Amino acid sequence: MTDTKVLHEFVEKLKAEEDAWIEDVVDSYGEVTIYVPRESIVDVCWVLKKKHGFDMLADLCGVDRGPEEDPRFEVNYHLFSTIHYNRLRLKVLLTEDDPKVKTVTTVWKTANWHERETYDLFGIFFDNHPDLRRILLPSDFDGHALRKDYPLRGYEPYSLN
Amino acid sequence: MGLENQIFESLPDIITVKLDAVINWARKSSLWPATFGLACCAIEMMNSVSARNDLSRFGAETFRASPRQADVMIVSGRVSRKMAPVLRRIYDQMPEPKWVISMGACATSGGVFDNYAIVQGVDKVVPVDIYIPGCPPRPEMLVHAIMMLQEKIMNESVKDRHDTFEKESRESIVPGTLPVTEGTQLEAKSKNAENKPYTVPSRHEKRRSS
Repeated sequence: MTDTKVLHEFVEKLKAEEDAWIEDVVDSYGEVTIYVPRESIVDVCWVLKKKHGFDMLADLCGVDRGPEEDPRFEVNYHLFSTIHYNRLRLKVLLTEDDPKVKTVTTVWKTANWHERETYDLFGIFFDNHPDLRRILLPSDFDGHALRKDYPLRGYEPYSLN
Repeated sequence: MGLENQIFESLPDIITVKLDAVINWARKSSLWPATFGLACCAIEMMNSVSARNDLSRFGAETFRASPRQADVMIVSGRVSRKMAPVLRRIYDQMPEPKWVISMGACATSGGVFDNYAIVQGVDKVVPVDIYIPGCPPRPEMLVHAIMMLQEKIMNESVKDRHDTFEKESRESIVPGTLPVTEGTQLEAKSKNAENKPYTVPSRHEKRRSS
């Protein structure tokens, strides 16, 4: 198992910066995940990028934990540092009624298309995103295809008939 | 003495035939498919023009990169809903006479992909002349389909095939499904978007409605 001591040091540094930034920390399979309140995700990303060398957003994706779960949605941020080669995962939990989170395109430009994809497939809105529209599905598509309660054949009737 | 000389001597100067027979014979002997592969069926389509199967024996080996120069569209693979308007636009860009071969289970019926992303049969987007079953069909089946299409062409009339009039095609819009782009100004001005699902109604579609 990978030693996660160095990753916990980053968590401690974040805690020293602002205690409310960290809701929970999960350490499993040699990976460290930080649960961040959604109001502070942009601040946390800025600090991690500017002060702690996490200069690359490796992935940004949504998760639907199922309609019966509350909170239903997650947004995962996979950070990587090309300076000290560490990986860190941030998670934001979102409820079904209010699936909104601030965009991190201000921190990493690459988040633009990732957030569009997450919006497209899960219906999670990213506030202040410069161009939040569908990226994979057709522009007149009804619904968000990767949600657990989306029917396999889609909502009928589709305009093709 | 070559063959030409003998034919020259034995044939009369004027032969009387049906115009349809001559033109259809010319058309069927030189089918030019559009280079348009969608999925794994396209691999078989490429194979059918390779040395082993050699589709050129039946006059259909000249795959053209531009739909303007093609007269057969081989829909080789599953058509996604996002690809459907693109496919329709390629079809519309082909000049008459034009024919469509639906190759494989996916293009014909959606195949195993019974989901929101795949069009359940390409005949919802373009009129199809020949359906080939199989997943994927063997190259021989595509060759057979070309030969069946040639038989079909021989039974057609020249009057059936003509391009849509300019005015009509100008007023129509890009296919009913989903816009490829935000749309041109010409399309935005179009009034009869509702009752014209297809850009240019082809001969088959006209015949189907009448």
